[in-house]
Amino acid sequence: MSKYLVNLKINNIPVSVEEGTTILEAASRINFRIPTLCDHPDLNVAGNCRVCVVEVKGAKLLAAACATPVSEGMEVFTNSEKVRTSRKHIIELLLSEHNSDCTKCFKNGNCELQTLSSEYRIGDHVFLDLVKPKDKIQDISSPSIVKDDSKCIRCQRCVRTCTDLQAVSALAVINKGDQQKISTFLGKPLNEVVCTNCGQCVNRCPTGALTERSYIDEVWDAIYDPNKFVVVETAPAIRVALAEDLGFDPGLRVTGKLVSALKKIGFSKVLDTDFAADLTIIEEGTELLTRLKRALVDNDENIALPLMTSCSPAWIKFQEHIFPDLLNNLSSCKSPQQMFGALSKTYYADKINIKAQDMVVVSIMPCTAKKFEANRPEMRDSGYQDVDYILTTRELAMMIRQAGIDFEKLEDEKYDSILGESTGAAVIFGATGGVMEAALRTAYEIVTGNEVPFTNLNITPVRGMEGVREATIKIKNVKPEWSFLEGVDLNVAVAHGLANAKILMEKVQSGEANYHFIEVMGCPGGCLGGGGQPIPTSLEIRKKRAEAIYAEDEGMPLRKSHDNPEVVRLYKEFLGEANSHKAHDLLHTHYKPRKRY
Amino acid sequence: MSKTDQLVQKLVRKHGKTRNSLMAVLQGVVQEERYLSEDAMIAVARELDLSAADVYGTASFYTFLDTIPRGKNIIRICKTITCHMKGKDEVLLALENMLKIKAGETTHDKMFTLLTVNCLGWCHKGPVMLVNDEVYTELTPQKAIEVIEEYSRK
Amino acid sequence: MDKQIKKVDIIFQMDEDCNLLDILDKALAQPADDIILDLIDSGLKGRGGAGFLTGLKWKFTKNEDSDVKYVICNADEGEPGTFKDREILDKVPEKVFIGMAICGYVVGAKEGYIYIRGEYNFLVKGLQKKLDNFNKHLKDRNLDFQIAIRSGSGAYVCGEESALFESMEGYRGEPRNKPPYPTVAGYNKKPTVINNVETLVYVTMISRLGVQKFKELGTKDSRGSKVFSVSGDTPIPGIYELELGMPLNQFVDEFADGDAKAVQVGGASGHCVPRKKFNDTIIGFEGIPTGGSMMIFNSTRSMYNVLHDYLEFFTEESCGQCTPCRVGCQQLLKGIEAVKRGEKPPSYLDDLKKLTTTMRIAAKCGLGQSVGNPFNSIVDNFREEIIY
Repeated sequence: MSKYLVNLKINNIPVSVEEGTTILEAASRINFRIPTLCDHPDLNVAGNCRVCVVEVKGAKLLAAACATPVSEGMEVFTNSEKVRTSRKHIIELLLSEHNSDCTKCFKNGNCELQTLSSEYRIGDHVFLDLVKPKDKIQDISSPSIVKDDSKCIRCQRCVRTCTDLQAVSALAVINKGDQQKISTFLGKPLNEVVCTNCGQCVNRCPTGALTERSYIDEVWDAIYDPNKFVVVETAPAIRVALAEDLGFDPGLRVTGKLVSALKKIGFSKVLDTDFAADLTIIEEGTELLTRLKRALVDNDENIALPLMTSCSPAWIKFQEHIFPDLLNNLSSCKSPQQMFGALSKTYYADKINIKAQDMVVVSIMPCTAKKFEANRPEMRDSGYQDVDYILTTRELAMMIRQAGIDFEKLEDEKYDSILGESTGAAVIFGATGGVMEAALRTAYEIVTGNEVPFTNLNITPVRGMEGVREATIKIKNVKPEWSFLEGVDLNVAVAHGLANAKILMEKVQSGEANYHFIEVMGCPGGCLGGGGQPIPTSLEIRKKRAEAIYAEDEGMPLRKSHDNPEVVRLYKEFLGEANSHKAHDLLHTHYKPRKRY
Repeated sequence: MSKTDQLVQKLVRKHGKTRNSLMAVLQGVVQEERYLSEDAMIAVARELDLSAADVYGTASFYTFLDTIPRGKNIIRICKTITCHMKGKDEVLLALENMLKIKAGETTHDKMFTLLTVNCLGWCHKGPVMLVNDEVYTELTPQKAIEVIEEYSRK
Repeated sequence: MDKQIKKVDIIFQMDEDCNLLDILDKALAQPADDIILDLIDSGLKGRGGAGFLTGLKWKFTKNEDSDVKYVICNADEGEPGTFKDREILDKVPEKVFIGMAICGYVVGAKEGYIYIRGEYNFLVKGLQKKLDNFNKHLKDRNLDFQIAIRSGSGAYVCGEESALFESMEGYRGEPRNKPPYPTVAGYNKKPTVINNVETLVYVTMISRLGVQKFKELGTKDSRGSKVFSVSGDTPIPGIYELELGMPLNQFVDEFADGDAKAVQVGGASGHCVPRKKFNDTIIGFEGIPTGGSMMIFNSTRSMYNVLHDYLEFFTEESCGQCTPCRVGCQQLLKGIEAVKRGEKPPSYLDDLKKLTTTMRIAAKCGLGQSVGNPFNSIVDNFREEIIY
């Protein structure tokens, strides 16, 4: 259905936009920026902060630009006297209920309220301070997320994120009037509710009300400790996003500079989670094929299919809370971060002659849930906590600035070896569909001896930003030992963002869907849109990061996980074969049902 | 299954398993149990496939959907302007003294909760109070005490 | 000059000769468009306070192309000083039902709901009984329309129509962005007529008495009569149906105790009129519109206390979602306290008055938009009482 064009004037400039366009969008088309706080490109319209109010000729009331559709002949003024006075009042009101200790705030310098306040030069507060002392007590119960109600401006972005994007609804608006606030169920601490630690709320919080739990100081302490050997690993999605937090446009790849910066910060070794991602593919691909064999050939009814990926800790916790009856479907593989940690303090420590207890493993993750994951009691298979500290992309950017490093001028450097080598298949773990694509590249080749039948290895049907994507791959010309798979249509599905995951899980539960393998990433866009990634986020930004990821893949000399020579060597020297006993001890885990309520 | 779970299931069967039934279900629980306990909110969330936080957030918006324990009888004294003008302070004080609690509190024996609320819609007959769903108008301290004494005897 | 205020008996009138159901039958025999034309011609405006032309509201809803439409009776009467809807539902509920049924017939709705505030729970049992009976009559007439009751649970803002829909849908009663308006997307996002209790009775009675009779009452901008809730410093508090367009001084002569210093017209969200303006204040849409609340204050009353009570009310009853209302109400309340205590200079009241302008034009719904009415009218007229 084609839409009508609507003609209107904004600040006396004529503009034609499609019917249904908001005043906010229409103004941006002609390069008038209207400030917003509650509005977010990923979320439904709220229209509650009111900073975007504009004057419409003939109307007695100002209109919220984010929530008001254009109409024919409308004349809008985005900066009239009335608008400016009201907008300033609204900012002042928000500041009056906001704990404005900006200099001490974790979000200092990346706070939308602070920016707005500075743009409008809100100096001395006209209004009375309304911050409630009890709201200044932060909730630090979660290893991932800190909630500070005294910084909250009630824009409800977090609630819409938690409910609409993530289908978790750990956060809700409670009470009304002056008592209204954002809360968990009965105000319980975050670590006692269904929160998956995904951090998507943190990504969208315009102020410092929701932030990651920061471990920067602990990491510096470890670096300064002469008795510690501090190893750092970097997740695939860091290299395509870090630059945004250091003043560059989205989509810039900075792998070499990232390595260089980490070395300059003082880490003993700079290694790559991508190595462990390749390893994951061998383990998980083998698990998939084994499950298929036991289900299809041995008719073993205890084998749960479809197999579901387990790299995303927010997705894991979601599943433990919401779909505990599907836990057997989850791959027993640990996430790459945790595989990396377990190997660092065993295989790697041996190789480089460092005692595991002297080793500190730091991982740079696009994720807040990873902080929780590393603290799970199951994640101590090396005999120690396998991964000690997790920093988000944002925290790393802060460390780079603290270290006085001129990021732009850095020369590219290479990851240390071993545990630094990786393939293009590992890099694409950072994008939704990437684990699926990497697994298919390897599994198909194991079974048939041939490369996947897609041009340039790019399995495009599982790529993209569609919430749920499906693909079917016909397996042909299999090797003799995989004859049961000859001619089989391998049905796969990919979901990203937990609301989409929920849709997919309901289909699996009802039996409506018949998949063999499902990839789920807890965050929109996959890890590149993770809760630890640079703020702001939007579909546009995530698409740019995805483009960068796929470009990185194409630029790699090796693009299939089983071609990673360090992985091959690891099996030869240490693990034996895929899914071996030793591999199970170190690289696999189990899940536990958690209460939904 | 607990009594609360049974009650919630009964209410959901009566009003339907949809979000539109939420208010009616919550009201039904409050009718029986005087307030929404943690268990009750969880039961409602489970039956209507909502998150517990969502149920809590909705309930806490409404003054009559209490989420903290309440006594067997809930006294709500109107505090809005005309009742104020006609002497609600004296009525409140009399009941506070009688029940030995402050507004917002519940007696030790859990018989009474004393609350002040916004306009009850009897401005021509203030001061006024609700005891549970019953309305008492044109109160004096003495009259209020008599009403509550009557409830103590029930 | 006629100093006598004109009392009217339409709403509560119990017409011996007329079976109420005959009114319904008469309406059902008329083409829907004729009923709309009559309503528009009568000039009947919504009696909840906002004053939109009822006939137009119906027309817009009728014109919407939708299989599902609703008629909702707004009985979430929560405005301090207003208690007429309770009386109407208690005394003449059938007239409300009939108004709803006529509306259902006209706009093509099959379901009607009465949303009644939780504070009136004691009414529900009796009302339900009468409603069951009425629904039977509707079935007997093969009118595909049934009415049900939905209860609120103590939230003033749910009287705002879109907040009321949210509440009926099981959500927090937070007003929606407009557009879309209820006639396009109301309850369950379907076209909905939502009318105040009293408005629906007038619909019934216009059908009974004819448009002319109704138009004879009131003024050009304020046709008909209105039920007033009279409270405060008056020897005769209660409910009165009066002709619209009366000057306030006549009202005061009739109802006050001889010592009135101010009348709050329209409830907490209305305007405070001081004695010196009684003579040139008209009660009606051309002057000060009202949902019916008339609170009289005599010279013993502190207008600071009055304003403080109102602001406390709004601070608590704001839904809290939009900044101007949530924070603005708190600032006004704490602001007058600070001025009273001398912590802010008297000139701070002028800063707060400017704030009310922002609240009036930038708040999301009528609640926040109208808090400035009592604030400004009391601060302007009784400034010394606020400061000292």
